[in-house]
This record gives sequence, C-alpha cells and structure tokens, in this order.
Amino acid sequence: MNTKTTLRITYREALKHGLREALINDDMVFLMGEDVGRYGGAFAVSKGFLEEFGEDRIMDVPLSESGFVGAGIGAALGGMRPIVEVMTVNFSLLALDQIINNASTLLHMSGGQINVPVVIRMNSGIGNQLAAQHSHSWEPFYAHVPGLKVVSVGTHEDARGMLLTALESPDPVIIFEYTSLLNMESEIPLDSGAMDIDKAKVRREGKDVSIITYGPGVYKALAAAEELNLSGIDAEVVDLRVLNPIDNETILTSVAKTHRVLIVEEAWRSVSISSEIISRIMEHAFFDLDAPVQRLCGVEVPIPYPKHLEDASIPQKEDIVNSILNMVQYD
Amino acid sequence: MENEETNPSPTIDAKLGLALLYQMILIRRFEEKSAELYTKEKIRGFLHLYVGEEAVAVGVMQSLTEDDNILSTYREHGHALARGVDPGSIMAEMYGKREGCSMGRGGSMHLFDVAKKFYGGNAIVGGHLPLAVGMALASKKQGQNNITCCFFGEGAIAEGEFHESMNLAALWKVSVLFLCENNLYGMGTALRFSHSIQELEKKGDAYGVESAAVNGMDVLEMKKAVEKATAYIRSSGKPYFLVCNTYRFRAHSMFDAQLYRNKKEVEVWKERDPISTLRNQLLEKNLISNDDIDLIEEKVKTEVQKAVDFAEAGTFEPIGELTKYVYSS
Amino acid sequence: MIEFKMPSLGADMEDGTLVEWRVKSGEAVKRGDIIADVDTQKGLIEIEVFEEGTVDRLVVKEGEKVPVGTVMATIIPIGALESSRKESVQVKAVSEVKQKAKTQITTEPAKQPLKEGSIVSHKHLKISPLAKRMAVEKGIDLTTIKGSGPEGSIVKKDIELAAKTKEESHMEASEEKKEIASRGIRDAIAMAMSRSNREIPHFYLETRIDISKALEWLKETNKERELKDRLLSVVLLIKATARAIKEVPVVNAYWENGLQLKDVINIGFAVSLRKGGVVIPAIHDADQKSPAELMTLLKDLIPRARALKLRSSELSESTITLTNVGEGNVDKVFGVIYPPQVAIIGFGNIVEEAWAENGAISARPVIHVTLAADHRAIDGYLAGRFLTALKHHLQNPETL
Repeated sequence: MNTKTTLRITYREALKHGLREALINDDMVFLMGEDVGRYGGAFAVSKGFLEEFGEDRIMDVPLSESGFVGAGIGAALGGMRPIVEVMTVNFSLLALDQIINNASTLLHMSGGQINVPVVIRMNSGIGNQLAAQHSHSWEPFYAHVPGLKVVSVGTHEDARGMLLTALESPDPVIIFEYTSLLNMESEIPLDSGAMDIDKAKVRREGKDVSIITYGPGVYKALAAAEELNLSGIDAEVVDLRVLNPIDNETILTSVAKTHRVLIVEEAWRSVSISSEIISRIMEHAFFDLDAPVQRLCGVEVPIPYPKHLEDASIPQKEDIVNSILNMVQYD
Repeated sequence: MENEETNPSPTIDAKLGLALLYQMILIRRFEEKSAELYTKEKIRGFLHLYVGEEAVAVGVMQSLTEDDNILSTYREHGHALARGVDPGSIMAEMYGKREGCSMGRGGSMHLFDVAKKFYGGNAIVGGHLPLAVGMALASKKQGQNNITCCFFGEGAIAEGEFHESMNLAALWKVSVLFLCENNLYGMGTALRFSHSIQELEKKGDAYGVESAAVNGMDVLEMKKAVEKATAYIRSSGKPYFLVCNTYRFRAHSMFDAQLYRNKKEVEVWKERDPISTLRNQLLEKNLISNDDIDLIEEKVKTEVQKAVDFAEAGTFEPIGELTKYVYSS
Repeated sequence: MIEFKMPSLGADMEDGTLVEWRVKSGEAVKRGDIIADVDTQKGLIEIEVFEEGTVDRLVVKEGEKVPVGTVMATIIPIGALESSRKESVQVKAVSEVKQKAKTQITTEPAKQPLKEGSIVSHKHLKISPLAKRMAVEKGIDLTTIKGSGPEGSIVKKDIELAAKTKEESHMEASEEKKEIASRGIRDAIAMAMSRSNREIPHFYLETRIDISKALEWLKETNKERELKDRLLSVVLLIKATARAIKEVPVVNAYWENGLQLKDVINIGFAVSLRKGGVVIPAIHDADQKSPAELMTLLKDLIPRARALKLRSSELSESTITLTNVGEGNVDKVFGVIYPPQVAIIGFGNIVEEAWAENGAISARPVIHVTLAADHRAIDGYLAGRFLTALKHHLQNPETL
C-alpha cells in the first residue's frame, strides 16, 4: 500500500485552489481586482477563472483602488461576498480611506446594524528586487485598526484554506499573501480545506526557544529550527497567522514553555507586529521570561533594488540561526 | 444634459402640497431645535444643519421606494427625516443615547437606519461614493431593480473617489443616482475657488453618465427632476447624475463665523427659501389656507418636542459595552 | 516601627554573627520569642525579642557579622498594625496587595549584601524575570548566586543549580551553620583564653579521690532504675562540686573590678564539639538539683550544646566551670580559667591505681581532680579546703 495522502503544490496553486473552491461553493462570491480576468491575475492566481466563471464573477476593474475597494465594501453591504484583490499591498494605500474609514467603521458607526463581509486580498512583501515602492510590508499598519481582521498566509495549507474561512466572516478580512512564496513548493494533505482565522499555530514544537513569526518568516524559521536542531537546540516555531486580533494564548503558552523568544518579521521594526507581541509578553508573561525578548525585523530603509541590499534588509535564515545561537550561548 | 430653466411648472394638489410642506417644516424646525440644543450642550461634536436645503431631500424622497438604498453625507438630518427615520431616534442619536438610530455610537454625522435602507451619515467627503457603486453592483448581481441614491456635496466632486465612482458606475452600468447638493460652499471655499468648470453637471459627460441640473430651492422642481432621473435609471439600469443647486442658510457647522460669504448674499438666497416658495405657491393656487400652515407648525412643534423628550429620556450605554460593535462575534 | 537591633548580651560583646533567622518577614512575634540565632564571642545565642508585632523586614542576612546596635530587623508594633487595620477594609486590601507585591519585589534587594558600614546597597541585580520568580518560589538567596546569563544575569539555569545544591545540602545545612558557629567559637575561645592567660595569675592544686564508694553507690542506685534513667558518674562529680562550692563559696565568683561572689551556683559544664571547640552551657542552680535531675538536664543540654542550640542565658550565666576529660584516656587536666570566673575544676579519667590506706596497698578506682584558681581572688588555703570538701562529698555519695 502506498496511497498518496498529500499533494505537492506551489503556494500559487494553493491560493488558486482555495479561490476556486470559494467561487464554486457560493454564488454570492465574486472576485474583483485589477487584471484578475483577462490577464489571469497579476500573479496568475486566477488564470483561467474568467473562462470558468464568467465576467460577472471575475471582474477586471480599472486602476481605481479607492473606487473598486469601496465598491467591494458596498457590494458586501448589498449582500454579496466580494473578494477584492488589490494587486499588491503597495497600491492599497490608495484605498486606505475605504478600508479604514468605511470597512472597519460601519459596523460600529451603525450601532451594529451593518456588517461588512468583504475579503480584501493583497500580495505583499519583499523579495523580487522590486525596489522601494513595490516592496512594502503593511501588516502592522492594517493590524492596528480595530474592526479589521488581518491574516497572514505563511504556509501552503493556509494559502489553500484561509480564504474559505475569511468568506464566512461577517466582518472585513484583510488577507496578506506573499509574492516571495508563490513558486515555493510544499506538501499539503489531499483533503486540506478551510483553515481557521482565529488562532496562531505552533508549526514546530520545541523547548529551548520560541521563534514567533508570520508570513515569509514561517518557512525561514522552520528551516532555521532544523539547522539549530543539529546543534542540539530545540526551537519552537509559532506562526501568528492572525495579526488582528492577535491570539495571546498560543504565544503565552509557548513563552511559558521555552522562556525565551525571538520574533522574526519582515516589516520595519518600529511600531510593528513584533513591538506588539513584545508588549503582550511583557504584560502577560514577564515572569516566564528567562532572557530579554529578541527580534529580527526589516531594516528601516526604503527597500533597495540590488539583490544583496534587498537580502540584507530583511531577516534571513542565517540571521535567525545566529540570533538563537547567541541567545543560548549561556546554556 | 438638461437645463433647469426649461422645466415647465409642475402640477400639485393640496394633499401632496401639505405633505411636502410638512416635511420641509419638520426638517427646518428640527434643525433649529438642534442648534438650540447644541448651545445647551445636549448635542456635541460637529453639527451640520440642513436649513435652506430642505427642498432637495424632500423632493428626492418622493421618487424613491422603500427598496432603494440611500447613502448620505454628514449634513444628513434632512435626508433621514425625509426618508422617514424616526425623529426621536435621530435626536437621541445626537444626544449619544443608545435609543439613537445608531445606538448613540455615531452622532449627528452618522445616522444609520438599515430598516429604512438609510446607510449613513458618511463623513469623509467622497468616501461613500464607491460604496454606493458597490451597493448598486450588488443589486445588479442579485437581479434587483432598486436604485442606490447617493447624496454628496459639490465639494466631493473634487475628490478622486467621485471620478472613480462615476466611471465605475457607468462602466458597470449600475443603478446609482448621484445626487449632488451644490450649496456653493465646501465648508468656506466657494465653488469658483474649487472647480475649473462650475457647471458641475457637465462632468457627467466625461463618463457617459446622464446628467442634469435642477433648482434645488423648489421642491416641486426637485420632485419632477428626480422623477425623471429615477425613471431613467429604472429603465436603463444606468447611473444618473443630478446637480441640485441650493444654498445653506446657516453656517457650515456650529462654530463658523462665515467670513467667506457676505450677509447680503445670504439674504438674497433667503428670498428663495424653499418653504416660503412652496407655501406661496400653494396659497396662490388656493390649495391651502394659513390655518393649514398653522396646523402644520403646531404638528411639527409637537413632533420635535416628542423627539427631544425621547432623547432626554434616553439612556447612555454602560462603559462596559465600550468595545461592542467592533467585530460581529 | 520598631528597630530590632543586635543586642548587647554583655559588656564585652562587640558584635555578633547572624547564623539563622527563626522568623520570616510578615510573621507575628510576641515578647519572648526567639527570632534569631547569633554567634557571639561567647558562642551561639538565641536572641529573644521583647516587643509584640509583625516582622517587617529582615535587614541583616544570615552569615553576616554586625556590631552591637546594628538594626537587624524592623518590626511593626502590634498597635500600629491594628490602627491601620481600622482605617478601611479597602485601604487594607490595597495595601496588602501592595505589601505583597512589595515583598515579592523587594525580597531580593533586601538581601543585598551590606557594604562596609552596614549601608544597604541598592545596586540592581541583573536577573531574568523567570529566575526571579523561581527564586521566590524555591526560596533561593539571590545574593549567593553568580549569574551565568547575558551580562552576567542570573537565569533559570542558575536558580535550578542553586535549588539542587540547596536540596543536596539540606541535610548538611545545620552542619554548615555549626561550622559558621564553630569558626566563631574558635575565635571566641582564642580571645577568652588569651585574655585569661594574660590577665589571670593561675595557680593549680591537685588531689586524687578514691571513687570506689561512689561507683558502688551508682551501681546500686542504677539497679533500681530503668535503663533510660540510669545515672552516670559525671552527675556525682557535678553534685559534689556544687556541695563543695557551698562550703567554700569564694571559688564561685567573678573577678570584675574586684571579687564578686555569686549567689547562685551555675556550674558551667564544658562540652567539646566534634569539629573542635568547646561550649560551656550553664547548669543552673546545680546545688539545688538531685543527681537524677542533673542527669535529665545533661541529657538535654549536651546534645543541644553540640548542635549549638543553646539559649543566651545558658551561655552567659556560668559562675564556675567544670571540665571533665574522662572520656579520653587522660588522667588529669589543668584548666584555664574562663574570665571573669575565678576557678575551673578539672576531672580526669577514672583509673584503677594502687591506693595505700592504713598501711596496706590495694587497687582502687581513682579520679584525679585539679583546681585552677585566680590568685587575685583566691589563696592556696581556701583552694585546698575546696578540694578537700569535694573529696569528702564524693566519698559519701549517699549524702548527695
């Protein structure tokens, strides 16, 4: 017997599977975004969908981020389940008014009368030598806003399954997907389906130190943990997954277990997700700490074009390994 | 594109006349009471009054059905009242009481009543235009024939979101009534200092959106223009852009010295007071008597007092519920 | 707030080493409670408190030597606590919480080593929050730990090691304390004996006593006793000494600005410690106690002396000293007087010797008794009378 129970799949394909399933499952779901139709999606995630689902479900939109993101929000008010694809997080700045002044506030301003079940997907992150304007990591920015649910797709399973759950949410969900992971292959269970959008997940159990991360940091941290394992260091990897509201419990449980924390994130250091995680650890787990919390973050510089400088501007696997070796050197 | 001067005199009967008059007077007195309550610190925050513009809201609502969606601006008391949102719940909202139409969470600028399909009270200039397009898009996708009416001021036309929304609505052929209330001032900046082309209805051409301008100081002309607009939308499924030329008699908000306009200009416009205009039309045609007007005033007075009493009797939400309505669960 | 200071237990006491706190911060104490063990020049002393209240802060840490008068602890007087309790329940609750928090947080700084001059050092200790929490839970004294973490901070590992060491040495803990104490005792003996030799003009007398009758008497009386109640010869020596003192009281005195005769007969009984050193607990009112009572007393006193658990009165109130080297094969001992006493009696081993009596020689159990006396206080005549009296009483055991 050698029944195959997993599927080898790229991150892009995983996104595509999830998106396709969502469109098949519910007629109220439709995809709107720049070049999602005829072009096949800027990152080929929705390639072939226009033919399969038709113009009504796969809507190309003009370069009007505020307009079409707002229209997506309006469509959600009108009873639809829109998936708005903002080609990249960089352009979402043009739609910030819609996301922050409308999507996140309407439930509250209306005293609970109005739900905004819109899902906004954005490609994000650093890694293809796209230079300063196309390499933003705005997770901290969006995670700052009450009323928005913000999730970060750091693994293939989540790429496959987070969208499905996001569409069930009565509240607006911002999904961060990562350009740098699109071509990466991994195994996911054949029956992989909807993934929760409430909890952080321990991706690797360990006892010596907790690496808390999200997005592209997850696979880097896992690789680093394997390398550290050769040195006898047993690192736990916690994938935050949900950046707002943050799941305290998983973080604090891990801290209570390992007593040492390294946070890894690609976004700029100051006023970041890591800042928030550290604060929460201070507030709730201070007496579990055996060492100061450390973090590796994006260097605070507009992301440069040359590869070596781009690589140097975000944490790499080697940085994670070295940081942890440094943290445990006293053992 | 039509010209407002070419409109023939609309027809009217006593019943309709009294109804329109009642609604406009209700708005007027409600707003005056609000101003008074503001000075007494019962109402706080920003308070933008609709005095002078009543004909627009009342005229528009005559042609909208209960299935039509309405999105409005921060100067929306008149729209809400004309739509039939309970005056008590509006006043309570401005008091910040949980009996308010938005549970007191919104205040003057954020009146919501989903049962009346009244979607705010949106206070970022131009920000709700894309929402209107989206709501109309949803209606279209669900095979509904309803209109989404979006009120905005002429200030919003300078925003990118106006242009994006006009384009999207025309591109997607969705049923939006873009209803511009041109009261000549974006806060304190006159139209001529904001727009290169001041005949705003011309902007519709650029997007292929059917457009017209109307005398917003005359409720009968308003009514007629909106009848035409809505008929067009319902038959074509396309958007329509209606510019209603009007004027606000009071300041932009409560704390405004009105340095940007002279009193003479205000007085000239007040001669075109929409309430006086309708009243005179009705009196001239002997459709109503002065007694009828006194009766309306009396009824409005009672209604406004009822609203104030309701607001006064309302309760404040306990602080323990502060974080309600952030997420649904 | 009451300041509990290192007490002056005698004019010559300059300082004391805190060996052990018997109370904790927050514990209620009443008048007469023993709150600390302090090693002094005179040996380990249990220190009593004379106030009622609640221990606030233990200022001096164990192992620390501080001069007389140094604040060792602070105590909240019972009245003060009561009146503050009356203020309001809420205030109390809050202050209790604060107090708790304060205790937790300040426990460790309170144990900071004292700098010279007994000024409390406020230098912050680098310690991880986890290690700090563990230290409180495991009762680890942070000042004894050297941190192995970043910047020399104390981390979990250090606390675990300390806890392990503490556990392992738990059984030896009292031994350790004894060592601290016996180091003190060594110093104390050195000081006292030097002073004695320097200041006291000793003279020595010796006699031999036929102890056969006494042993016979013991044998008979022990026949009637349970094993656990049986008497040892030493009680007869003590009892006889007490009787002799009553007849020649000049040996029972202090030389402090002249001779001061003592009203009570408290015989200091030298107990040697296994690790070296001698402690001399007092047998109070030895003259008034029966041999059986003396036996019971010794059974309590000797182990306590060896465990260095003597009360201050037992250590400081001897009026004369008796040293008995009978356990080691030594015939006679010439003692050095323990100032400010004026005499020390030394008993050797009981040995069988040829004894001439009435022109005949026979073998008898014999004990050699010596008296070392301060010639400033006593002359040979009285000293001789004392030994004669002692001999008489030992030879008539039935009268003891």
